[in-house]
Amino acid sequence: MISDGAVLKAALAGIRVLDFTNLMAGPFPSLLLGFLGAEVIKVESNTRLDAARRPPYSFQTPGQTAGGAADNSPVFNSVNLNKLSVLLNLKEPQAIDLGHRLAAISDVVVENMRPGVMDRLGLGYSQLRESNPTIIMASISGAGATGPESSYPGYAPAFSALGGLGHLTGYSDGPPAEMHDSVDSRIGATALFALLTALFRRRRTGHGEFIDLSSREAITMFSGEALMEYTMNGVVQERRGNEEPGLAPHGCYQCSGDDRWLTIAVVNQEQWQDLCRVTQNPKWLSDPRFADALKRWDNREALDQLIQDWTLTRDAGETAELLQQAGIAADISIDGKELAADPHLHARKTWDFVEHPILGHIQVPSPPWKFTGTPATIRAPGPLLGQHNGYVLGELLGVEREQMDQWVENGVVD
Amino acid sequence: MFDALAGVTVLEYAGFVSGPYCGKLLAEMGATVLKVEEPVRGDPARRYGPFPSGIPHREKSGLFLFLNTNKQSVTLNPTSPTGRDLFLRLAAKTIILIEDRRPGEMAEMGLDYPKLKESNPGLVQVSITPYGQDGPKASWKANHINTFHASGEGYTLPGGMTNALFPERGPVAGGVHLGEYDAGLMAASAAVAALLAREASGAGQQVDISKQEAIMGLSRLGMAQSMGQGIVYDRSRSYEYGGIFGCRDGYVILYPREDSQWKALAEIMGRPELAEDARFRTRPARIENGAAINLVLSEWASGQGKEEIYYQVAPSGCPTAFFSTPENAHHSPQFEAREFFEDVTHPMAGTLRHPGRPYRFGAGGRPDTKPAPTLGQHNEKILCGELGLAPQELSRLGRGGTI
Repeated sequence: MISDGAVLKAALAGIRVLDFTNLMAGPFPSLLLGFLGAEVIKVESNTRLDAARRPPYSFQTPGQTAGGAADNSPVFNSVNLNKLSVLLNLKEPQAIDLGHRLAAISDVVVENMRPGVMDRLGLGYSQLRESNPTIIMASISGAGATGPESSYPGYAPAFSALGGLGHLTGYSDGPPAEMHDSVDSRIGATALFALLTALFRRRRTGHGEFIDLSSREAITMFSGEALMEYTMNGVVQERRGNEEPGLAPHGCYQCSGDDRWLTIAVVNQEQWQDLCRVTQNPKWLSDPRFADALKRWDNREALDQLIQDWTLTRDAGETAELLQQAGIAADISIDGKELAADPHLHARKTWDFVEHPILGHIQVPSPPWKFTGTPATIRAPGPLLGQHNGYVLGELLGVEREQMDQWVENGVVD
Repeated sequence: MFDALAGVTVLEYAGFVSGPYCGKLLAEMGATVLKVEEPVRGDPARRYGPFPSGIPHREKSGLFLFLNTNKQSVTLNPTSPTGRDLFLRLAAKTIILIEDRRPGEMAEMGLDYPKLKESNPGLVQVSITPYGQDGPKASWKANHINTFHASGEGYTLPGGMTNALFPERGPVAGGVHLGEYDAGLMAASAAVAALLAREASGAGQQVDISKQEAIMGLSRLGMAQSMGQGIVYDRSRSYEYGGIFGCRDGYVILYPREDSQWKALAEIMGRPELAEDARFRTRPARIENGAAINLVLSEWASGQGKEEIYYQVAPSGCPTAFFSTPENAHHSPQFEAREFFEDVTHPMAGTLRHPGRPYRFGAGGRPDTKPAPTLGQHNEKILCGELGLAPQELSRLGRGGTI
């Protein structure tokens, strides 16, 4: 790790986040705020269980009671690390009132219900602002809070399609790609940036903020260059597999073993010469089809075939090492299992471990940044459903024990 | 007006996509971003294109114009002693430095974080590299294709429908330069988080951004399933039923997950009896008869336009989407209503419609978007105006290759 003398408090020490989110796009930004030191209170309910607490993400283990399944979800754990869980059944007026009391002692609210739902519940921005004039609220929705399509439902593969990434990803002669949960995370990562800037603004001006985030717009940003090409030339860019126009060899090549692949990117003449040398193929070097970058690009199909003939009998990982030693950009196309064991990632503590009361000792990805002064940290596993009712309602709001029991009884705290 | 980062100064010593996207995001929130470019050649994105009519011109690259709105440009070669001195003076005045040199390169130039901090203890340095500042692969070279596939996401693409058509082909990277944008976005959040810490303590710090880790961190869901349930996704990952269907002018997604959604879709298809068909009535039945339901959906979709399908099905609540192209995006009524695109006029490239910002702030309004700078456009303003160089110094530095 790069290290630096000063030890500071966490970047978001003292910040409290009230989280009304579900599954992935909403929980992701509050997860990242939690990594940065914020206290995140996730408002949950048995009456609208987070999808990450339901099958196929949660599962029964033998001998487990039905109630425990909601807590037996590695996915829920991973996207809700550090968070506290409080049960509030938002169909009950008392629960809405408690939501306001929590908002009053919070700095940030994050939600990803459909546009209008929070308002109907009495928990919209204009309503929460009455309880806390400087609250910052992010509403993450499919198409945004306004516009003719604002009420349409959305989920991750839909955003990759509507946001243009699907069209631009995949083989040039095949259908568009199916992208899944990572697309939700990209939406959440966009929300995080907006939330942090709003927190900075509030620190400077004292003003709260409402952030209306459109998932479709967030994903569209990632293809800016293709949108520019259309506005410039009226040309619709198409997907291009692993190709990068003008560069060859530049691709993903099959290696020995079961479905093992190696990426290689040669970006200049010197690297091309090095590749011919290290692969012991001097005849490639003298082949007029590959004499310069333009010729290699024009003859890339033949070149890719030769490269793959070479990689096909070789080990992907060892070949990546060999090419890197020769100064050529190369690495394996890694799968989930290898990723979990990767020595580079472990050396950098890109993986961490938490002790979860039901899942046990479980490996989770660390925060996606390494701060030298104010480390982003994993301090607790994902909460059990309602695990922090006592702390949140009792300690933070000062609710008496009998009152809480009564609310549990009549379904407010449920 | 939402200009949250007004008064925050940023020095961007970075090129192509990741670092500049980070700088762009900060700039459009009101930060003053000064881009340090290599004399004569400038940012590699200037050579990448797309160019108007395909004719290369360093002031007209669509990639560069998009990624560098609202910034200023100064040309400077920090590897020369004079350039290094100027760089140090600029770094002494900035709050954030974004850099993307390979690990150790800033130190070789005498510009590593401890050195820069001497005259600027509050400096926030965001360092973006393919594999991070340390670890066994820190010195590895990587282009987008390599980092994207090293993050684990590449292995899961392009997905089941394509895989069934081309079983012999390998995994693919995210389109355009997806992973480079991912890293830039994560870096921008890190920069603001470090700013918040600095507000409290006055102290700066270095943040180490690994592109591999930034991309990988987005696949937490799949990784958790792999770790906890032994599910390892590859490019055959697919829907249990429903999914992508070809239609007259492209592709759509249809995914009637819940019974009510299937009923709604059956009605839209003009075949309400299918809602009660025992093969499809319940979700378990639909999973069981995936091939049969897909045949029904595929036959219906194939005869229609993709947007036609979307606008019929989406209001019903059944999950659907059409695969939008850049052309569709530019003509989307939803984007139009939200004024997502904005016209930006550049002195040489003319007026171009840029994708704007994916968030709306209640505070309303936003600062007008200024076009990307021409190469060295702000040399005089910055070097003379801010560092106090005499104007005649500029031509001397130019001849010497420093600026």
